[in-house]
Amino acid sequence: MAAVSQLQRQFVDYTTSLYNEEYLDDQFTQLQKLQDESNPDFVVEVVSLFFEDSEKLLNNLATALQQTSVDYKQVDSHVHQFKGSSSSIGAKRVTNVCVHFRNFCEEKNLDGCLRCLQQVKHEYILVRTKLEALFRLEQQILQAGGSVPVME
Amino acid sequence: MGSSSTAGMNEEEERPHVLVVDDSLIDRKIMEKLFTNSACKVSTAENGQKALELLGQGEDKHTNINHQGPKINLVVTDYCMPGMTGYDLLKKVKESCDIKEIPVIIVSSENVPTRIEKCLKEGAQEFILKPLKQSDVKKLRCQMQFRQPIKGRLCMGR
Repeated sequence: MAAVSQLQRQFVDYTTSLYNEEYLDDQFTQLQKLQDESNPDFVVEVVSLFFEDSEKLLNNLATALQQTSVDYKQVDSHVHQFKGSSSSIGAKRVTNVCVHFRNFCEEKNLDGCLRCLQQVKHEYILVRTKLEALFRLEQQILQAGGSVPVME
Repeated sequence: MGSSSTAGMNEEEERPHVLVVDDSLIDRKIMEKLFTNSACKVSTAENGQKALELLGQGEDKHTNINHQGPKINLVVTDYCMPGMTGYDLLKKVKESCDIKEIPVIIVSSENVPTRIEKCLKEGAQEFILKPLKQSDVKKLRCQMQFRQPIKGRLCMGR
């Protein structure tokens, strides 16, 4: 039993730090609240969709920005999608970079766009790593027979 | 969780049927869960064209006089969609004799006053900022119940 409460404590601390450092925001909590017995994997499913979507968008963005004549409307459309999906799952830092990214698209600033692409990729990888760690912790708790603490 | 309100009631036919329209799979999935958690039946469409088909306004509507499709009580549509936007869809709904009574909610990630104004002017019931919250859906749910008197039901609010 000591193992379970230790894991649970770890989970709470880790989650709290993710919110404090703005990797996640309230929208993630909202998703967790939506999860129930009828759909116990809801959060993991939605987040997995986000991961898939993001990898595609990052590829599309890289390609679009490599063109000899960059179509900024196209780039902006990808960023808009990324902004939306990251906001929907509460990946706050990713969303924040997307906001700046869109500004550079409007200005047709290639340099700015390329920098934002690097930044958004960086933030995405960070949040993905952290969410994967969080889900692993959840699994460990469940496998040890405990229940996952509900964050308020 | 308050889903026990369905116990003992003949809910199946009486659950409001919501049509969620959004090009984002993630958002469709989230909105679907928000509405099913509020005891609604949900259909989804990834674009305006498919939405119109589900509303019985597809290509074959003229030949299909007694359309037996599922009756939809509320349309919730994203504003920004490629091709037919949420606004375009709203217009089509409000221009159609059969379905203009169905309330349409526009959701958008962008808070643009002129956008909000034109949607409300075109007959949208409400304009809600994304991402949608459980509290937004609960409010909509209550409004739907008052609009459609169903035997013995009261808006429980919580």
